[in-house]
Amino acid sequence: MSDITITERQAGDVTILDLDGKVTIGEGSVALRTAIRRVLGEGKNRILLNLGGVGYIDSSGIGELVSSFTAVNKEGGTLKLLNLTQKIQDLLAITKLLTVFDVYEDEAAALASYN
Amino acid sequence: MNTQEIKLPSRIESVDAAAEAADEFAKKCGCGEECVYALDLAVRESVANAVKHGNKFDESKNIEVSFSASGDVIEIMVRDFGTGFSVADVPDPTDPENLLKSNGRGILFMNSFMDEVKWENPPGGGLQVKMRKKL
Repeated sequence: MSDITITERQAGDVTILDLDGKVTIGEGSVALRTAIRRVLGEGKNRILLNLGGVGYIDSSGIGELVSSFTAVNKEGGTLKLLNLTQKIQDLLAITKLLTVFDVYEDEAAALASYN
Repeated sequence: MNTQEIKLPSRIESVDAAAEAADEFAKKCGCGEECVYALDLAVRESVANAVKHGNKFDESKNIEVSFSASGDVIEIMVRDFGTGFSVADVPDPTDPENLLKSNGRGILFMNSFMDEVKWENPPGGGLQVKMRKKL
């Protein structure tokens, strides 16, 4: 069984990816990369990553978030983060990536920020 | 002293195997949730480094991992058999020019979550990291 499940939803022109599981080296990181590439390949470049269900992430997973961010930017889009768990928030603080990502605790506020 | 040693092949799946062993060992030693998380993450990062940068996925080389507990301190040792590298040469991932790099944060996490991290070039080659955490 996969360590992670990624479910796609659409809210207007924003694609929400709900992540549930672990984003760690190997399967989890690859699943996130694949999902981002697929969504970008469909021409959708306003992406909101809902990390509320991610109970664990390692440096590889954090690296994949950064890669996703730069890949979406390169396509002229925007990637934002929603519902960080305390652990993810701590890791983003340690790595100073909270200064890079646009982070939201509320989905409606996150969606409104794209307008 | 309570000790445990495992040898793992140089593949990504070994990261999960080492982390599971660390979790079990930590819980057996009476570690709380935060301590278990810290050890798990440090073991994941160090074993991932050993597989990728140390042994470079060469399956003829093992990764050696040992856990020991003495008093209220847990020590973890992870060793690879690669050509070694200078930890001092690893760029600071929090430097603004490195923030958008996709890798290079593992050592930062090890240093952040463990009380002591020491790198050594043991006789026989490779690189060995010893990490200590107070319960």
